[in-house]
Amino acid sequence: MRVAERFGRHDGGSPSFGVEFSPALLDPQCETPTAVTGPNKKAAVKRYNVYRNNVTVSLIDALAAVFPATQRITGVEFFRAMARFHVRATPPTSPLLFEYGQDFPGFIERYEYAQSVPWLADVARIERAWLDAYHAADMEILRPQALTSISPDQLPDAVFVPHPAVRIVCSEFPAASIFAAIRSEGLMDPMEAVAAEDALITRPGLEVVVRHLPPGGAIFLARLVSGETLGQAAAAAFDASTSFDLPANIAGMIEAGAFTAIDSGDPR
Amino acid sequence: MSAVRRFPESHAARRLRFPVYEIAGLAGTSLKHEHLPAILAEATKDGFFEIHAENYMGAGGPPHHALERIRRDHPVSLHGVAMSIGGPQNLDRNHLERFHALVERYEPCLVSEHLAWSTHGTTYFNDLLPLPYTEATLRRVSEHIDEVQLAIRRPLLLENPSTYVVFRESTMSEVDFIRGLVQRTGCGLLLDINNVFVSAINHGDSAFDYLRDFPIEHVGEIHLAGHAEQVDDEGDRLLIDSHDGPVADAVWKLFDMVLSRSGPIPTLVEWDSNTPDWPVLKAEARAAQDILDRHATPFILGKVHARR
Repeated sequence: MRVAERFGRHDGGSPSFGVEFSPALLDPQCETPTAVTGPNKKAAVKRYNVYRNNVTVSLIDALAAVFPATQRITGVEFFRAMARFHVRATPPTSPLLFEYGQDFPGFIERYEYAQSVPWLADVARIERAWLDAYHAADMEILRPQALTSISPDQLPDAVFVPHPAVRIVCSEFPAASIFAAIRSEGLMDPMEAVAAEDALITRPGLEVVVRHLPPGGAIFLARLVSGETLGQAAAAAFDASTSFDLPANIAGMIEAGAFTAIDSGDPR
Repeated sequence: MSAVRRFPESHAARRLRFPVYEIAGLAGTSLKHEHLPAILAEATKDGFFEIHAENYMGAGGPPHHALERIRRDHPVSLHGVAMSIGGPQNLDRNHLERFHALVERYEPCLVSEHLAWSTHGTTYFNDLLPLPYTEATLRRVSEHIDEVQLAIRRPLLLENPSTYVVFRESTMSEVDFIRGLVQRTGCGLLLDINNVFVSAINHGDSAFDYLRDFPIEHVGEIHLAGHAEQVDDEGDRLLIDSHDGPVADAVWKLFDMVLSRSGPIPTLVEWDSNTPDWPVLKAEARAAQDILDRHATPFILGKVHARR
């Protein structure tokens, strides 16, 4: 018993009902646990199924709440069938269900029946990022004046502190336009589904905003968010796209509220 | 014990950020964000709101903004659904810390959790799962309640569950188990009368007997809710605690009966799915308030009398 005590205050008498009750909750092949019964020797198959149903349906509902535009694209029935597979394979590991579904876009990308909608996974990625931004910490955004306080020769060494809400989603498809059209309840135009789109997601106040990024913009912001200097990020963006417009991208990222502060490298 | 935390210092330093409201004798509703505009537009600020703690465990954004707005005008009850207090494994310290932070931030009138579990290993099942009632589980759940109360520095109200199965290994009744928890931990109770009714039907027991034996003097809050109906393997009625409709007549009657014994207790109408428009939910809370008010008078008179 000494060993058990070292691993926690619970000794060998630890109740085992969790081990008995849990496995069948998300596995329809698993039989009703023998640990439970109905009252007065009644059976417990349908009774236990109430728990199976609560678990599976509520987790599918949780995914539907995180990915409403994805569900509108696929239709409810298709979405719930797809979500059921994911819920069983990858149930949540946190009780904060607004964080659930981080792996769902990747699952959609591999999901056999969704292959005819190649941009579906990227719309889901934008939705997941949207909800991350929605719940992110509140933080003041960087004011445009902050840049003017730095001398031009120090500017290339400036490092920007990312806002907790900032997310970047790159897509080979017009995922941001599709997302925006569906979320605004607008009619979906027949898509000229060729243009790749990179999206910037921010929440400067209470409202989450999704923007299209210009060429080179995604790599520029991603490098800044990862802590590279302005000079390094700009060089990477120019490498990626010869039409990269540095002043316009700086103005755009400040207006979007992607950052909260500048660390000019000066000792404070 | 090393787990004892700084107590007086933090209390002394505490500044109240929100008004203090009396919750005694009030009816309330679950807070739904789709109702916010209607709630904020109301001329009279009556009733309390109960929030599911987990919905406000994000770092920031609109949920906290909305809750701050509500908390300025109303008493708030904080209701946790995912602490897994009834489970065999250790509590999630991160989750407990988040729960504690909400208690500190919003200064709720009532703080409650469930006699149930929802996490096993690392999987969160998002349901209130049942537990056997034995000496071993009584000990374990008591430890968990102690741990929560130590962290939040106030008594927790524990809610009786609705259940669909029984464990073969159970050696005591649910009421005896709950009474044991109160005796060992000093916790309070949240009496969910719909759960009492649902479980009684499902297990062929008497809701009256359950309520007669229930330690009513420790109840700090009552829940009322709607339920749905299915059948069990034998074709008999099996009630589902679905919170998706109005409170059943039988549950209203039991509520009235409980109050005649206890006097008014803060009472929540839960309606969590197929949520109606605000006026409909508000009317349901109004119906609870009318019953509470009807039971208030004799008790107020009684208290005045006692004071003389």
